[in-house]
Amino acid sequence: MKIKMTVNNQVKIFECEPSDYLLDTLRNNNYVSVRRGCDTTNCGVCTVLMDGKPVPSCSVLTVQAEGKQITTVEGIQEEAEKIGNYFGEEGADQCGYCNPSLALTVYAMKKELVNPTIKEVKKYLVGNLCRCTGYISQERAIMKYLGDKS
Amino acid sequence: MKVVNNLTHSVDGLGILKGRAAYTDDLADKNSLIVKVLRSPHAYAKIVKIDSEEALKLPGIEMVLTHKDFSRVPFTRAGQGYPEPSPHDKFVLDEYVRYVGDEVLAVVGSDLAVCEEALALIKVEYELLEPVLDFEKAIDHKSIIHPEPEAHEMFPIGFEPLRNIAASYHMHVGDVEKTLSECDVVIEETFFTQAQAHVMLEPHTVNARMDYQERLVIYNSTQTPYHMRRIISQGLNIPLSKIRVIKPRVGGGFGGKQGIHGEMLVAYVTYKTGKAAKMVYTRKEVFESSYTRHPMKMKVTLGADKSGVLKAIDFHCLSDTGAYGEHALTVFMVVGSKVLPLYNKVDSVRFYGDVVYTNHTPAGAYRGYGAIQGNFALESAVDMLCVKLGMNPIEFRQLNMMKETETSPIFEIMGEGTAGTAMIMETCKLEECVEKGMKLIDWNDKYPSKDMGNKIKSVGMAIAMQGSGIPYIDMGSATIKLNDDGFYNLLVGATDIGQGSDTVLAQIAAEVLMTTMDKIVIYSSDTDLTPFDCGAYASSTTYVSGNAVFKAANDMLEAILVEARRILKSKEVEFDGVLFTNELGETISLIDLSNEITYSEDQKQLSVTSSYVGHKSPPPFMAGFIEIDIDKETGEVDIVNYVSVVDCGTTINPKLAEGQVDGGIVQGLGMAMFENVQYSKKGALISNSLMTYKIPTRVDINNLTTVFVDSYEESGPFGAKSVGEIGIDTPPAALANAVYNALGIRIKTLPITAEKILLAIKAKERN
Ligand code: FES
Ligand code: FES
Repeated sequence: MKIKMTVNNQVKIFECEPSDYLLDTLRNNNYVSVRRGCDTTNCGVCTVLMDGKPVPSCSVLTVQAEGKQITTVEGIQEEAEKIGNYFGEEGADQCGYCNPSLALTVYAMKKELVNPTIKEVKKYLVGNLCRCTGYISQERAIMKYLGDKS
Repeated sequence: MKVVNNLTHSVDGLGILKGRAAYTDDLADKNSLIVKVLRSPHAYAKIVKIDSEEALKLPGIEMVLTHKDFSRVPFTRAGQGYPEPSPHDKFVLDEYVRYVGDEVLAVVGSDLAVCEEALALIKVEYELLEPVLDFEKAIDHKSIIHPEPEAHEMFPIGFEPLRNIAASYHMHVGDVEKTLSECDVVIEETFFTQAQAHVMLEPHTVNARMDYQERLVIYNSTQTPYHMRRIISQGLNIPLSKIRVIKPRVGGGFGGKQGIHGEMLVAYVTYKTGKAAKMVYTRKEVFESSYTRHPMKMKVTLGADKSGVLKAIDFHCLSDTGAYGEHALTVFMVVGSKVLPLYNKVDSVRFYGDVVYTNHTPAGAYRGYGAIQGNFALESAVDMLCVKLGMNPIEFRQLNMMKETETSPIFEIMGEGTAGTAMIMETCKLEECVEKGMKLIDWNDKYPSKDMGNKIKSVGMAIAMQGSGIPYIDMGSATIKLNDDGFYNLLVGATDIGQGSDTVLAQIAAEVLMTTMDKIVIYSSDTDLTPFDCGAYASSTTYVSGNAVFKAANDMLEAILVEARRILKSKEVEFDGVLFTNELGETISLIDLSNEITYSEDQKQLSVTSSYVGHKSPPPFMAGFIEIDIDKETGEVDIVNYVSVVDCGTTINPKLAEGQVDGGIVQGLGMAMFENVQYSKKGALISNSLMTYKIPTRVDINNLTTVFVDSYEESGPFGAKSVGEIGIDTPPAALANAVYNALGIRIKTLPITAEKILLAIKAKERN
C-alpha cells in the first residue's frame, strides 16, 4: 500500500505493508538517523516528531502517520547544531547512539516547557535512555541550550 | 600544552548528533539477505533431527544452515590476542545447545518476515539433557557441558571440561594460614555478585558484501576488528588476505562487542553465496544470546593486628562463565590482580579458585572485568574488619593502602592469563584522592549517618585501581601522512566505540605536531587501511595506542624537519608547527613545504608508521564516595551524590575523561542497586527486555561530582594513564558500606535492592 506523509517538510509517498512500523519505513528510505535500540518501546532511540510531538517510531504504524508531519533530526539541522555544540562543550557525546533522538526531544521540549527546572527536564526526557554518559553532562548541556535565546 | 588537557570538542559528536549515517546498520546494503537464528528453547539439549523441508519451499528463503554445514573447528569468540587465554569450545553451529538462546540453526532469506515464517515452519527434535543451573554445583556435576573431544585450551589455563571447569588458578605470597593464625583480628565473609547485562544502546550488528576484487568486506560493530578478521579467517577457513573488516561508528560496547556474535554466520553466507547479508540482534537477543558479566561467589578472609595493620588476605573465588568460556581465566585473574595490590603491605596473600561452566548465557568481557566484583568483596570486607577493629575505615585505608613509589609482588605474579610484569607505582595519588573526596562529600560531617526522621542520610566509600593495557601482549600502531596544504592524516587501528579515542588520539598527534585539531584528520579501524591495533579493551587505548600515536607524530616531526633542512639548505631549522626557520632567518611554511614536496621538486609522500607495546600497565586509581538517603519505611535508596576523585595521569581530554568516569559510575550504580540478570527455574532468561531489566534512567541520578588530581605518568603519552574502566569499580562497595553506615545492616549479595534492605530492616527489628 501507499502512504503519504510529510517528512522534514517534503511530501513523501512510501510503499509499505499495513504491519510496517514507521521506524522501519523511515530507515528503509534512508532516514538513518532514526535508529532502533529495543523491542519494547523503552529506549527512545527511535524518537521522531509527529506533528511536533515526540513519539517512538518503533510503535507507530506507518499507516498511522498518513497525512502527518514527521520530523527527524535531519529536519532541524540548525537547532541540532546548537544543541550539538553545547554537548561538545560538556563532553556529553560518547557513542552518540542516543543523541539524534535526544536532540529532537530536547527541541520539542524547548517549545513546550517554559523555563523548566532540572527536575522537569529529567522527567520530560526520562524515556531517552543513555548507557554511556551517566546523564549529568547531557543535562548540563541541555540546560545551557534551554537558556540560549538566540 | 595547547591541545592536550584542554577543552576540545569530540571530532565526531556533532555530525553524529545531526544524524549522519555512521553506524554499522546505516551502511548495510539495502538488498542484504537477512540471516536469522533459531534459538534454543532449552537450557541443555542435543539436536536429534532438523526438518526444514517446508521452510525451504518458501519463496525468498535462500538456505537453512545447520551444524552439518560447518567443519568441526572449535574456536573462541572472546576476541583476544593470539593464542587466546580462553578455551576453544565453540563451533559456528553445533549439535548441542547449551543455554536458552543458544544457536540451533540459521535461516537466510530475502527479508525478515519470510525468515520468521521459515523459523516457524522448521521442526527440531531435541534430546533434553539435565542442565547445570547452580554454579556452586557445577564441578563434577553428572551433566558435562562440553563433552566434545575437540574442545581444547591454547596453553595451560586449568581447563578441565569433563569436570565442567573452564579455567582454574592459584597463587600465593607467604603463608596465609600461618599469618592469619598470628593475627589479632580476623574476619571471614562471603560475597555474591550477579550477572550484569551490557545494554549498549546499539544492538550487535554485522553486514557483509563481496567487493569487485572478490574479497569479503565486513562492516561490524566491534571493539576488535583485527581479532575479528583473524577469528573469522580461522573459523571459516577463508584466507586472511580475502577479508576486510571495517568498524564504523559503534554505539557502545563496554566489553560486549569485544566478542563474536553473528559475524561467523553472516560472513559464511556472503562468502558462500556472493550476496550481501546482514544480521541485527533484537534487544531480546542482545540480552539472551550475547554475554553478561561473570557472576561470582567470593570468600574473603582478612587478618590484622590490633593497631589496624592488615597482615593477610585470603581470597577464594568461584566464577560462572555460563555455557562457553570466553574470558573465563582472565576475568577471574583480574579479580585478584587489579584489586589485591590496593593493600600491598600484607605479609601474605592467597588468591585461588575455579571458573565453571553452567547452562546460562555465556559470560564475557565487561567493563571492570573482574575488578568490580573483587572490589565489592574486598572493599566491603575492609569496612567489616574496621568495625571489628573499632577503627575508622578511612584511617584504615590511609594506613594500609598502596602509595606512590611502592609496589606489590602481585604485579609480577599475575598477568592476563599468564605471569605478570613487575612495576613500581610511579604515579599513585590515592592518598590525595581520599583526602579530596572526603572534603567534597563532607565526610567528617556526614559519616557515618544522620537520622532525618523518615529517612537516614549516610555516606560510604571505596578505593579502586585498574590497569592501562596488557603489557608485552597488546600492540597499538599509528600511521601519519602529510598532505599538500599542510594537514595530516592519522590512521589508527585503535577502535573508537564511543569512548572518544578518535578525539583523544588526534589531540595527541596535534600536540606533538604543534598544530590544531582541524589539521589532523583521523580515520580508525579498517583492516585494509589502518595499521594493526589489538582493539578497545583492557583500558588500553589512551595508553597503548596513544603512545603509538605519540611516537608516530614525533617520527613525522623528524621527517618534515629533514625536508625543511634540505629545502632551507641548513642544518639548524626550527619549527613552530606552521613555519620553519633557519639560522639566517629564512623561512618556509608547512603549507609551502608540503606543496613543494607533493608537486614541485624531489616529490615524495611523507608517511610514518610507529607501534607501541607496553612494558607495564600503570594503574589508574580512584576514591569513590557515595551519599545516600534511605527511606526507613520502604528501604528505597536515593543517591544524593557520587564523588569520584581520580588519578588517571594527565587527562588528554578532561571532559571526555570525566564522561568516562561518570558513565562508569552510573553503570556501576546500576549493578549496585538493581540491574540483575535473572533466570527461570528451567534456565530461561526472565530479564530479557528493557522492560524486565532496568538500567539507570536520568531520574535515578541526581548528581555526580567527578574531579581529577594532578598526576603525570612518565611512561604515558603526555603523562596519561587509562580512564575507561576505573569508574565502574567502586559503586557496589561504596553503596554497601553506606547502607551499613546508615542501618548497621551488611548486604553481601548484589544488587542491593530496596527489597533486600527492607527485609533486613524488618529482620533486625524482630531480633
Ligand atoms: S526502539 Fe526503543 S523505544 Fe523505539
Ligand atoms: S552516548 Fe551512548 S547511549 Fe548515549
